[in-house]
This record gives sequence, C-alpha cells and structure tokens, in this order.
Amino acid sequence: MEKTVNQKAWFLILPVLILVAFSAVIPLMTVVNYSVQDTFGNNQFFWAGLEWFEELLHSERLHDALGRQIIFSLIILAIEVPLGIFIALNMPKKGFWASLCLVLMSLPLLIPWNVVGTIWQIFGRVDIGLLGYTLDKLGIAYNYTQDSFAAWVTVIVMDVWHWTSLVALLAYAGLQSIPDAYYQAAKIDQASRWKVFRFIELPKMQGVLMIAILLRFMDSFMIYTEPFVVTGGGPGNSTTFLSIDLVKMALGQFDLGPAAAFSIMYYLVILLISYVFYTVMTNLDKRDGV
Amino acid sequence: MAKITLKNLAHSYLPNPSSEDDYALKELNHEWVDGEAYALLGSSGCGKSTLLNIISGLLHPSQGRILFNDVDVTDQPTAQRNIAQVFQFPVVYDTMTVRDNLAFPLRNRGADASYVAQRVQQIGEMIGMEAELDRKARGLTADAKQKISLGRGMVREDVNALLFDEPLTVIDPHMKWELRTQLKQLHHDFGHTMIYVTHDQTEALTFADKVVVMYDGGVVQMGTPQELFETPEHTFVGYFIGSPGMNFLDAEIAGRHANIAGTQIDLGAGYGAIDGKTQVGVRPEFTRLGTGDEGLPINITRVEDVGRHKIVRADYKGQEINIIAPEGQEIGADMNRVVFDPAGINIYANEWRVKGEAA
Repeated sequence: MEKTVNQKAWFLILPVLILVAFSAVIPLMTVVNYSVQDTFGNNQFFWAGLEWFEELLHSERLHDALGRQIIFSLIILAIEVPLGIFIALNMPKKGFWASLCLVLMSLPLLIPWNVVGTIWQIFGRVDIGLLGYTLDKLGIAYNYTQDSFAAWVTVIVMDVWHWTSLVALLAYAGLQSIPDAYYQAAKIDQASRWKVFRFIELPKMQGVLMIAILLRFMDSFMIYTEPFVVTGGGPGNSTTFLSIDLVKMALGQFDLGPAAAFSIMYYLVILLISYVFYTVMTNLDKRDGV
Repeated sequence: MAKITLKNLAHSYLPNPSSEDDYALKELNHEWVDGEAYALLGSSGCGKSTLLNIISGLLHPSQGRILFNDVDVTDQPTAQRNIAQVFQFPVVYDTMTVRDNLAFPLRNRGADASYVAQRVQQIGEMIGMEAELDRKARGLTADAKQKISLGRGMVREDVNALLFDEPLTVIDPHMKWELRTQLKQLHHDFGHTMIYVTHDQTEALTFADKVVVMYDGGVVQMGTPQELFETPEHTFVGYFIGSPGMNFLDAEIAGRHANIAGTQIDLGAGYGAIDGKTQVGVRPEFTRLGTGDEGLPINITRVEDVGRHKIVRADYKGQEINIIAPEGQEIGADMNRVVFDPAGINIYANEWRVKGEAA
C-alpha cells in the first residue's frame, strides 16, 4: 500500500510541543543554563563550565544529604509497604465498614502537606503537643528540636501516617480484583493462609505494588514540606534531606549555579533509579511468562 | 469416595428469606450414590452452582444437612471434606510452574515427595501437558490453564467426590471431547463420585450415568438419558433436552382422547380426570408428516436441513410444532397434516407429567 506523505501533519502536534516547551523544556533549560554559570548578583553571570558539577560530586555536604535521603526512603518503604499490605488484607471486603475504612484511609492523603507538617510539629511539642507532652510525662526523653534520633522518628512516623494509606488503598484495589474462584480453589486445595497470600494475593497485587513502591520512592526521595515544617532540617543537619539542602543552597545562600547543578543531578538520580526499578520489575514479569 | 446425602437442603442468598421465591435452591432431599457419575443440567441461574458449592462447603446452606457416608459434614469447612472441585474459569497459581500447580493439593496434605512426583507426571500426561510441566503457569493460554485446573482437581486419588462446575466452557471443541473422555476414563478407573454441572445437554448426556435436571432452584427430574428423552417428568425437561425440544400443545384430555383446539387425537392410553392446564407433549422424533385427513392439520412455515435429518417447523392454529423428517423424504406441497406416534405422547398437567392408565 502506498503511503501519502503530508508534512502538514506536523502542525497537529504543535500545541503539544508548545505546552511541553513551556511546562518542562524551557524551565529545565533555565536550570541547565544556571548550572554552568556563576553570579555575584546584579544579574551578572560568568561562564563556569562543569565546575559546579565537579565541586558537588566531591562535596561532603551533598554526600551526607544523599545518604540521609537514601536511608529515609529505605526506612519508609520498609515500613509502609508491608504495613499497607497488612492493612489492606484486614480491611472489610464490602458493606458499610468497607466504605468507612476507605474514607478514613483517604483522609491523610487529602491534607495539604504543610498542614501535615504543622499537625505533627504541634503534636510532638513537649510543652503543648499531646504526643510530646505524654511522652515527656511518661519519662521518655523526647524532643525533636534537640535530639536527632527523636527528630528522625517524628519525621518517619509522620510519613508513615501520611502515606501508608496510599499503599493500603492500592493494595486493597489489587486484592478486590481477585476473583472469588481463587480463594475457593485454595480452600479446595487446602492451602494455608500463608500460601494463599504467597501464591494468590501477592502475585495478583504485584502490579499495583510496583506502582505503590515507585510512587512512594519518588515522593519520599523528593520530600521537602513536611520535614521542613517540623524540624527545618535540624537539629543540626540531621534531617536535612536533599530537597531541603537544595532550597537552602538556592534561596538561603543564593548560590544559583551550584543549586542548579544540584537540581540536575538530583533529577537524574531519581530518573535513573525509577527507570532501573521499572525495568527490573517489568522484566521479572516477562521472564515469568516464558 | 463417598455416598452424599442431602436432607431438607435449601439455600437463600438473602438473610431473611420469606417466600419460596427468595430461595436460590429450594428444599431438596437427594442421595448421590457412591461411585456414580452425575450430570447436573439446567439453564443459567437455576441453582446448579449453588448446590455444588454447598456440597463442597464453600457455601453454608440456609437449612438442611449434608451427609458424607452418613456422617454429618454440614458444619465442616471445605478443607476437611476432602473434595475436589474444578471451576468454570481457570484458576492457576501464576508464579508456580505447571508441575508445582499440579503438586500443590498433594503437598498441602503432606504427601510423600516421590509419590507426588510420580502422580504429577501421570496427571501431566493425562491432560497432555507433560512437555510444559516446568513452565511457569503465567502466560499460558486459557485452555491450557483450565487443563491445569482440571489436573489439580484430579490429582488426589482419595477424594470423597469430584465436582465440576462447567469446567469445559473455555476449552475448544476438540479438546473438550478428549478431556471429557478422560474424565470418564478416570471415573471408570477410580470410581469417584462425580458431579458435573453443565448447561450443555450433549455434555451431560455423554458424561453421566444419571442426569439431574434442575429448574428454578429445584430438581425436576433425575434419570438416565433415555428416561429424560422418552418420559420427561416436567415440561422444562421436555424442551431443554432434545434438539429441537418437545412440542407442547394445549389440549383437553378425556379418557383416551385429547381435543387439541378442535381436533381429536388418540393418546394410546387412558387418563383419568385431570385438573389444571393440560398439555400434550410429543418429541419431534415421534411425529411424522402426513396427507389427507390423518392427525392434525398444519401449515408448514419452514424446513431446515441439518444434514442427517430435516426439521420441519409448522403451525397449528397459532401453536408451533416441530417435526423431524428423514433426510431422504420429499416435503411435498400436499403434506398438510402431522401425525403423532401414540408411544411418544406424554400428558402434562400444570407442567408436570401425568401417568397414563394401561390401555
């Protein structure tokens, strides 16, 4: 069959090109532009080449923030994913209680992030917060403004409170899609509860769990608002995650060049990890199919 | 292997059933003889699957008891009943290999590894999948998956009963035939009590020793294929079994004669006084076309040649009559009568068959 060539068709994708240009390409290029220049203010810029990248690659401050970030993401994934699955498994399957659970579970997801931070900031205060005050009265040393361990616990518990629902809801959706016949067959086959989970529920949830892990990883790796509101990155630098550090650098110190270089590297790291994760998971899927 | 007894069994999906219509399964007393192969035949929604799930324990009946070899198992969970059941749509454990799938029910019951290996091999051959035993079950075609489900149902030798819930729906016709033959063979070899739910009459009639026909939540007839064909106890059996189904004509019955909308016919047997709506039922196989003034006057509306015979669709005063004519017969323009063979005439009152008195 002969194909007709019509170059005018390019005009049809023009609106999309313009949209993407303004929403992504141009802002990103601005950052790229900053990352290779230096400025002393007054809108005067000097060419700096890849200097900032080199400097940051050897920067201890960045390494520390990256380390904290990775530990934070791993901890919250290790808690939220199993906990979310556990909650989903124990949620009612239908009826009034199922709807109630869904609404209650969704609530934390609907709260603006800085409000979440504020809630926990107050909740944890030793002088007026319910949690901080109670712990203090019980004789447990807890002060997130002075003790970095307490600060970490607060930030992690806050994230678990805020986001476990998302994993639970996704896992719940996955569970709901399993036909009854599977459970019936498992009963006929005398499968134990663990085997039902291992061989029916987990494989059927694989797809949604992959999405849940990916979302939680990306979001936690970019976390800014909540810890910033609660601890402001402190005490010291103990809860200064990558994005908090980035904002300090860009707006606090007005080091636009290094901050831009930082942003680009940050972006590439998330892109890379997500890509690797996604590829590995989808390949696992394919390999099983053969 | 067990005899299964159902006592006053009934089930409703509603929490507080009030009228008989609320019951998906109406009160039922029945005994499934040990080692027989039954087919449970009926249209969709007649309660077949409900009954099956009650026997396997997946459903708890609203009332009544279930006994295996005279032991009450009504309150026993599925796992303790030692039942194998195969469902309409394939259920496989995706992440396992075909081999592990087949071995799963045996391993869960703590069977010996060497026995499992040998038995799985045997079942693998039976379902024609020995070449694929080490493949992951995920990504197989629907009928391969259903073969695995069937295999998992057949892998245990000591089950009390084997239940099949329309298992061949997704299998292609050729494989259907083969698997059904293997199921029969399996029944022959091991003598399991088998209950096979289907809405396909051919499947039911070829598979089972006894066919149980269900209609609207109740059993309307249980019998051999021949009994179902010759003496349907209920009009539903008459038109559900057979192709085309039985002809039913409203009639007034008086002794040996029926008055069908003004025409008298001989019934071949006498009937006493019958109340209610009376009908004459004749299978198309027991009719023939005629000429002159014998039988009932008809108008032929259509003739369908189905190969081995012709199906003649005719109209008698607004009631449809199907007639089977031999393949070689010419359907002439003068054929405007239908004659019923008295041996094939059944009389129905309010949908149920009435026995004739010996002539």
